[in-house]
Amino acid sequence: MSSLSGIGGRLYRGETSIDFIGKRRRWYAFSGILIIVSAIVLGTQGLHLGIEFKGGSEFSITKAGSTVEEGRAAIAAAGVTGESVVQKIGNDRLRIQTGALASFETVKASLAKTFGVNVDDIDTQIIGPSWGKEITKKALYGLIGFILVVMLFLTVAFESKMALAAIVATIHDVFITVGIYALVGFDVTPATVIGFLTILGYSLYDTVVVFDKVRENTKSITSTGKITYSAAANLAVNQTLVRSFNTSLIALLPVASILFVGAGLLGAGTLKDLSLALFVGLATGTYSSIFIATPILAQLREREPAMRALSKRVAQHAPGAVTLEAKSSMNVTGADAGSSTKNAWARGPRNQPKRKRR
Amino acid sequence: MSALNNSQSTKAAKTSAKSAKSIAILAVVLIAFSAVAVIQGATKIKLGLDLRGGTSVTLTPRASEGSKVTTEAIDQAVAIIRQRVNSLGVAESEVAAQGSGTNRQIVISVPGQTGEKIVQLVGQTAELRFRQVLVEGAPNATSASSDTKTATLPTGVTPELNAKYVALDCTKLENRKGGSTESPDVAVVSCDRAGTTKYILAPAKVVGSNVSKASAAIDQQGAAGWYVLLAFNGEGTSKFGALTTAVTGLAAPQNQVAIVLDGLVVSAPRINEAINGGSAQITGNFSQEEASNLANVLKYGALPLAFDQGEVLQVSPTLGADQLHAGLLAGLLGFLLVFLYSFMYYKGLGIVTVASLLIAAAIAYLSFLLLGEWIGFTLTLAGIAGAIVAVGITADSFVVFFERLRDEVREGRSLRSAVETGWVKARHTIIVADTVSMIAAVLLYFFAVGGVRGFAFTLGLTTLIDLLVVFVFTHPLVALLARISFFANGHKYSGFSAKSLGVVIKTDGLERLKG
Repeated sequence: MSSLSGIGGRLYRGETSIDFIGKRRRWYAFSGILIIVSAIVLGTQGLHLGIEFKGGSEFSITKAGSTVEEGRAAIAAAGVTGESVVQKIGNDRLRIQTGALASFETVKASLAKTFGVNVDDIDTQIIGPSWGKEITKKALYGLIGFILVVMLFLTVAFESKMALAAIVATIHDVFITVGIYALVGFDVTPATVIGFLTILGYSLYDTVVVFDKVRENTKSITSTGKITYSAAANLAVNQTLVRSFNTSLIALLPVASILFVGAGLLGAGTLKDLSLALFVGLATGTYSSIFIATPILAQLREREPAMRALSKRVAQHAPGAVTLEAKSSMNVTGADAGSSTKNAWARGPRNQPKRKRR
Repeated sequence: MSALNNSQSTKAAKTSAKSAKSIAILAVVLIAFSAVAVIQGATKIKLGLDLRGGTSVTLTPRASEGSKVTTEAIDQAVAIIRQRVNSLGVAESEVAAQGSGTNRQIVISVPGQTGEKIVQLVGQTAELRFRQVLVEGAPNATSASSDTKTATLPTGVTPELNAKYVALDCTKLENRKGGSTESPDVAVVSCDRAGTTKYILAPAKVVGSNVSKASAAIDQQGAAGWYVLLAFNGEGTSKFGALTTAVTGLAAPQNQVAIVLDGLVVSAPRINEAINGGSAQITGNFSQEEASNLANVLKYGALPLAFDQGEVLQVSPTLGADQLHAGLLAGLLGFLLVFLYSFMYYKGLGIVTVASLLIAAAIAYLSFLLLGEWIGFTLTLAGIAGAIVAVGITADSFVVFFERLRDEVREGRSLRSAVETGWVKARHTIIVADTVSMIAAVLLYFFAVGGVRGFAFTLGLTTLIDLLVVFVFTHPLVALLARISFFANGHKYSGFSAKSLGVVIKTDGLERLKG
């Protein structure tokens, strides 16, 4: 643990620096492949939708010693035809999913008889055929509304380019999370969708933390003329790396405990669906705020004439600053920002934005 | 230099006084609210149906030719459904519209084991029509074609209507869904409820609004079993009299009057003589429960809209208890893991995380109690999940603050001044990040239906609590701790030791650069 703290100190001063921004093409390519794979899997396999989206009925019976065969026999006796799934959850719970039913009361009566339980003790969920469309529509509205409002807010709180970069990273997260769901075949239920939307908020939380530091580091770079926007942004990512790691891990711990308890004790259900979506999303969210959001922001800002001029100035000014031999540093090779950023990887206290000292 | 130190120390004294005051005020407010909770008798958090067992039904309005979905219509429907649900006499039943404008669902929650009764009770439109039977036949699509094709069509039956009638297959379930709100002024084709007969029916002469009273009754002789007794108002009495007079003496099946409920024929009795007494009976092999349900829905009037059953959720108390248990366990585990990590990483500073989280949890608990009393807030499983997720997000605010603090110390500041400069910077990050969380929670709340709304609500609430705790508790507490030498001098276990911050190599970097 304390060694991580030590790394934090080195990262903060820029002695150990990981080149997130210069190597952006690598991350973009990696994410690009993930997104393409997601799209392919989504197109071929599709999402495994829960009955909330398809319509149908779900019954669950809590009775020690109940078997899947008994369950099948009971629904067959009730005259249920078509697709049905009978699952054993934990030791004593049996879950039965069927399509639309003529009368769910008949099925419940048959189940109650087979398993010797009270009809009212059978947990039931009946989903109408139009329900899925309704909640899909709402989720989409929620997603679009969220992106618009957050973009507006970040533009006001930070700047429009940060808002754009943050949103691109968020959309990236949604794509990859959906892709993972399609690939693994996790059930998608309304709880999953809510989990998704929550991650959007959380993924942005992470990005906000990094961007806030970027903003601080780049506040006066044009007047000092010692460091390019990309380099200052890269320093910010490195400086907040430990923070990002800690916030993500701490956010993940409670989610993991919900997942653990939800899946372990209750089997399928709200808790499991929700926390699984959060778990997958948190991971991609942390990745994207470091590897995607900040490089995009740097790229957007480097296009500005003022920043280009700055890059040139820095390149002329400090040719010696490049010769750094910090162990974990990686030098830029062939980044498309060209020579301007190449020489800008100045590290060490000398090249940090000026701070007031006492 | 010494002047600077002086001003610094008086400033520090001021901050610590301010900090102590802030924590004291928080304590007083917390105690005050606890007292309010006790006085108001809010000693237990209200639990949602998924945690204590019960039935919830979500209805989605269905647009049809006869009726448009309007805000007024939904409000009216909520009021009528509420009356129906209240007639069950189950305490703490709830009927509410969720969502906004015309894009709303009606959510009905009834605790305890009411089973299917509630589902039938609330879903029915209860559109009652009395229509003369024009044609009656077997339910299948093809069988009826022969006898009506060759014969001349009865009066009132158009060829189109006949074609519809021929095509109608009442043995198919989807044709017996009912709930359609067709206009009373046109002739229709219809199935009976059991799917054994199909009809062509004349325009309705008497409708549900002509009924003034409805009650369930039993035929003492036992012939008809349970039936529903209707009493008409003045207009209804004369109209029903006229209808029954008109059909008496006609040839079968046109001497029958069909009683149509929600588009399906409940019964179609033969009328032997004109009925001018202003009352009628609906018979149909009802059980006592069915008869009283039907009487209830007729009494409170028809819904202005037809509804689709979106979702029916029935949770037994056993599963409810299991879910509550699991939720609490997950919460406890989540807390413990976060505590553990905080202590491992931040050492002594972990105390602040633990204390802040406990305060946040206390405020959250108190809010759940009071909001349950004030606005009827109920805690659902999704709500518990939201609160647990919030543990992480709340702790994140502390991490942001702590890391800023450590950065400032790395810059060479004393811990005491680092608390202030670090706080100013961390504050901005925390506010922006929490605002984004808040936006997410508010939007989720408006775009979600049913249980998941609880998630959005607790997430939003706990984000606010997070802000409150960081401002009035965490920051003041750290400011106070910074005066203790254990922290200020960077003790090995304080979380501010030079080693853990890695501050030793300050000049080292420069040397290397020069070399």
